[in-house]
Amino acid sequence: MFKLSGYNFKFCILFQIIFVLFFSISAFAAGEQKRVQKHDWTFAGIFGHYDDAQLQRGFQVYREVCSSCHSMNYVYYRNLAEEGGPGFTVEEVKVIASEDIIIDGPDDYGEMFERPGKPSDTFVSPYANQNEARASNGGAYPPDFSVLAKARSTLRGFPWWFVDLFTGYQEQGVDYIYALLNGYSEPPEDFILQSGMHYNEYYPGNQIAMGQPLYEESVEYADGTVASVEQMAEDVSAFMMWAAEPKLEIRKQMGFKVAIFLFVLAGLLYYSKKKIWARIEH
Amino acid sequence: MSDKDPKQPSRRDFIFLATGAFAAVGAASIAWPIVDQMNPDATALALSKIEVDISQLERGQAITVKWRGKPVFIRRRTEEEIQMASRVDIDSLPDNNARNYNLSPDSAASDENRSLDENGEWLVMVGVCTHLGCVPKGQSLGDSKGDFGGWYCPCHGSHYDTAGRIRKGPAAKNLDIPAAEFINQNVIRIG
Amino acid sequence: MSKESTYIPKSGFSKWFDQRLPLPRMLHDNINAFPTPRNLNYWYTFGGILTFCLVTQIVTGIVLAMHYTADAGLAFASVEHIMRNVNYGWLIRYIHAVGASMFFLAVYVHIFRGLYYGSYKAPREILWILGVVIYLLMVITAFMGYVLPWGQMSFWGATVITNLFSVIPVVGTTITEWLWGGFAVDNATLKRFFSLHYLMPFMIFGVVILHIWSLHVTGNNNPVGVSVKEKQDTVPFAPYYTVKDAFSLVCFLILFAWFIFFNPNILGHTDNYIMADPLVTPAHIVPEWYLLPFYAILRAIPSKLGGVLVMGAAIAILFILPWLDTSKVRSATFRPLYKQFYWIFVVNCIALGYLGSQNPEGLFLVASRICTAYYFIHFLLVLPILGLVEKPKPIPESITKAVLEKMEIRNMKEKSAEA
Repeated sequence: MFKLSGYNFKFCILFQIIFVLFFSISAFAAGEQKRVQKHDWTFAGIFGHYDDAQLQRGFQVYREVCSSCHSMNYVYYRNLAEEGGPGFTVEEVKVIASEDIIIDGPDDYGEMFERPGKPSDTFVSPYANQNEARASNGGAYPPDFSVLAKARSTLRGFPWWFVDLFTGYQEQGVDYIYALLNGYSEPPEDFILQSGMHYNEYYPGNQIAMGQPLYEESVEYADGTVASVEQMAEDVSAFMMWAAEPKLEIRKQMGFKVAIFLFVLAGLLYYSKKKIWARIEH
Repeated sequence: MSDKDPKQPSRRDFIFLATGAFAAVGAASIAWPIVDQMNPDATALALSKIEVDISQLERGQAITVKWRGKPVFIRRRTEEEIQMASRVDIDSLPDNNARNYNLSPDSAASDENRSLDENGEWLVMVGVCTHLGCVPKGQSLGDSKGDFGGWYCPCHGSHYDTAGRIRKGPAAKNLDIPAAEFINQNVIRIG
Repeated sequence: MSKESTYIPKSGFSKWFDQRLPLPRMLHDNINAFPTPRNLNYWYTFGGILTFCLVTQIVTGIVLAMHYTADAGLAFASVEHIMRNVNYGWLIRYIHAVGASMFFLAVYVHIFRGLYYGSYKAPREILWILGVVIYLLMVITAFMGYVLPWGQMSFWGATVITNLFSVIPVVGTTITEWLWGGFAVDNATLKRFFSLHYLMPFMIFGVVILHIWSLHVTGNNNPVGVSVKEKQDTVPFAPYYTVKDAFSLVCFLILFAWFIFFNPNILGHTDNYIMADPLVTPAHIVPEWYLLPFYAILRAIPSKLGGVLVMGAAIAILFILPWLDTSKVRSATFRPLYKQFYWIFVVNCIALGYLGSQNPEGLFLVASRICTAYYFIHFLLVLPILGLVEKPKPIPESITKAVLEKMEIRNMKEKSAEA
């Protein structure tokens, strides 16, 4: 192993101080949009898991509010009944799927036709294609939700990005979505808002084409939870995280087993190594 | 150290053995995902049922649909074809098993056991020759139907009769009948 | 170093086989019995770790190629298909993606270990140069692999890097269009990148064989930098270094597994989960972390051609490193001045990496210019001059002597601690 002599250790310390200074400069230069706060998610951290009831509520919010503009092209109805998901039963999923109209075809006569959805279909899309979506929304394309929770982030700044490396905090995307959904307010006096745009504290540039999507009681939750804006925003953010990372629970559980295995193997190997190397002077 | 101690040679060996065994278990468990990824994926499994509209099919006509990537022959047989198939002595057949997924595995290869409905009008089979996997001819009007009026595999000359049973040629088994049922009088569900 | 084979065929069959194809003999002599200096520390286990990384990337890559579709319209969806529908697809893809980062982490440790202990000096110049070739091939492979998911970073990374070739006078544009197979990065580009991304690991594998061959001709360098003189300076590779490498590898795997299972996306960029859009450039274009130092160097230079040339020179200079370092002493352990400059150089490289992730403006631009200049000063001024002015510490007569001395000091310390 390297041994640092005292003198050259001081050198390193000096350099480190200089670079911590650099890092802090960058933290201050982070732009006008409001810093997103870390939220408490059940699926964060090494023991993270989804809250089934929350995902079901989030699905309801998506379906009744978001899905009128936002597609979810990579998510299948059958996923709703899969392990590590919102925990709907197979029968419930069949009903959910059949409530949507899917355009299928062409049939034997070359015509497209409508049919009720099946669990093997992907979520029905509100628009036929991107151009239609754009045209219906004043030129702004409502992004697909399938992986959006992984496609957004927040500027964590030093030292947080470094801390995140070793704490496993990967929920910057949902943090942002949650903040954004709660971030609508009246613009400040001196702010020039373009027509058709809406003021949002957390959106880069503070002008967002999407109007405030959630209001108190926008949906009526089946489980009796009070549908406040914060509650709905939290639920739908969690649902989007699940949509983006459906294997998260399985992944973390498997990771735990793998880690235990590796630690035991490392211990055994260390002991074997000591035994073998005891044969010679080293 | 115990390593040089003649009284405890087994402890050292045990550690090496345990380490080796542990590493082998690890290697085997990482091999499984690499093997399993080649199995049918979630989309393939989810699509394993199809529904076919057969309301337009006249007697004597046939259609081919794709199920699990394979052709499925659906034939609405004529009275003559049914007669030809039911006259055959089952014991004289090369394969006297019905090969029908909907029945018990030891059912006899009678025409009733091969057809889907009670009248014997509808025949639904996987259109894959049981020899080496070619698609037999006989679905289109102009096709050669073989010596027994059913299907004929052009690859190695297997002849199937009007109930899809092997009669002549290298194939050893009758054409497979998949899980199938009428969900109403116009629609057959396969799978 | 003894070159005689110590392989003794045990059975009649292995004798018969040995006379026809002495493959077991070659493996025995080069792996089991290979005489290795007895004083290698854990920094020397990264060669084995890198071999593991290469094999992992090849195996997972072959598997991913079974499900991936190299088509601009389908690539992004096929990656999501792998993540959602393929059995264990998410695991295999995360191993491959995190594996690229781990591969570079290991290669950087390996390179900086070589720099510290002077492993590039005679007689190991070719060994070193082959290593730089491997590194260069790794960079190209990783870059092409990053394009394949066809996210925003894939697309714009490919655009920016291929555009570097447009600086070539006269034929620049022709060459970039040839690389693209069109007038911009598009389907044709994606398809050829996929083909080459599949090919290049096998080229790396070939150069790795040469690298190991060359290593086995010159023998390992070691932490004291003194050449092997007698038989007792070495131990057979097996079981001494197989078990040491294995232990080190498993420790490395713990870090690897941490990222795969608990933090798989943090080493990538979130914008790559947005499908490529040729009409919209993301706000910040940054390469993967392992290429950031070179990106900083590229952007530190105000002229386009100059930036490309200097960035190229930053890698090219590694090829002539064995002749830039004028010191006869290999290991930094006995070079008090070099040791300090070495750590400054390490910090400088990390700083370049950090600067590569920031917008090249204001203080950052000034800092990246200073760091870029220092990168070259280290190689072109510090190394040649140090060798002439530095007074090295006394060097042990042999590896065995160094080992025994170290043991004595350790024993004395233990005794005084007991007392």
